[in-house]
Amino acid sequence: MIFVTVGTQLPFDRLIRVIDGWAKATGQTNVFAQIGPTDYQPRHLQWSKFIDAQEFRRHVAEADVVVAHAGMGSIITALELGKPIIVMPRSAALGEHRNDHQLATAKRFLAQGRIFVAFDENHLVEKLDQVGTFKATERISSQASPRLLAAIRSFIHTGQHPIASSALKTNSAADINAVEFLPTDGSVEFKSSSAIIPDNNVRP
Amino acid sequence: MRQGSVKKVLAIASGGGHWVQLQRLIPATDEHEVVFVTTIESYRSDVNGHRFYVVADANRWNKFALIKMAIKLAWIISKERPDVMISTGAAPGYFALRMGKLIGSRTIWLDSIANVEELSMSGAKIGRYADLWLTQWPHLAKPEGPYFAGAVL
Repeated sequence: MIFVTVGTQLPFDRLIRVIDGWAKATGQTNVFAQIGPTDYQPRHLQWSKFIDAQEFRRHVAEADVVVAHAGMGSIITALELGKPIIVMPRSAALGEHRNDHQLATAKRFLAQGRIFVAFDENHLVEKLDQVGTFKATERISSQASPRLLAAIRSFIHTGQHPIASSALKTNSAADINAVEFLPTDGSVEFKSSSAIIPDNNVRP
Repeated sequence: MRQGSVKKVLAIASGGGHWVQLQRLIPATDEHEVVFVTTIESYRSDVNGHRFYVVADANRWNKFALIKMAIKLAWIISKERPDVMISTGAAPGYFALRMGKLIGSRTIWLDSIANVEELSMSGAKIGRYADLWLTQWPHLAKPEGPYFAGAVL
C-alpha cells in the first residue's frame, strides 16, 4: 500500500498527476491519495480531498511507503511510524507555496539520510519504480530531543531564560547534541557561542 | 505566576507540522496543567483529558479571518490566564503570545524545523515578545536570539 498526502492547506496537482499516471502505467491499484483542495480528480488512485487526524495516522501506519509534499507533518509522522517516505518539495515559482522552504527542508533531511527526495516529476517516477526495494525503518522516539525538553521544562519551572541566567558560564558551543543537525557539507558557522543554550544549565 | 510548582501552560499550534512538533514537546510539561489551542477539530482526541479549543486558521493575507481568530484567542486567554504559553507557529501562535505578554504570561516560541534557511515570518516578528525564543537550527541562532537548544527530532 502506498499512501500519498499533500497536507491540508494547498493543492499539489503536480504530485498527484505523476502518481496517477504512474499507477495507470504500472497497473498499481493499491494507492490511496489525500489530494487537498483541488478540482483535479485522479482516475487511477483511491482518493479523498481531506482526511482527519486519526485517518491520517492510520493510513501512514498501514502504508509500506508514504509519498508526500515536503511538509513536516508528513515527514515526522512517517519517521515516527518507521515508514520510508519520498517527498517532492513544492515550488514557489509554480505557485505551489509562498516560498521555497520545502526545498531547503527536503535537502537537509536528505543529507541526514532520513528521507527520499524527488526534485521533479521524472525523478519522482524513478523513485516510485524503486519502492518495492524500500524497507521499513526504525521508528524514531515520539518526543523531542532530551536537550530541548530539558530547556523547556526548566523554563516552565523557573520562568528564567536559560542563557540570561548562565551568561557568565563558560559555554561549550561544541555541544554534542548540536551536531545532530549539522549538514554534512560543513556549511554551518556558529555566529556566537552565546546563541547556543548550554546543556549544563538545564536540569532533566 | 501561580504559587507552588504546578503551572498552567497554554500550548498553541496551527494544523499539520506545527501541531505534530508541538506534541513532541508535551513531555516537557510534566506535572503542569496543559490547555491546547489549534485550528483543526479532529486533533481533540490527540490530547484526551485536556481542555481543547479550536480557532480559525487565519494568516496575514485574510484580515477578516484574522480578526475572528484574534477575538476568540482573546477570549480563551482571558479565561484561562496561563502562566506559560508555548507555540510552534504559525499566525495563531504569534497573536496568542502577543496577547499573553499583556496579561503577564511567560512565552516560548519554537520556530518550526521546516524553517531551515530563515525564520518564519511569525518567528522573526515574535522576537522580544517571546521570553524564550528558539530556532531548531544552530546556524540560525544569534547572540540576541533566537537561541538554539535542540530540535524536535
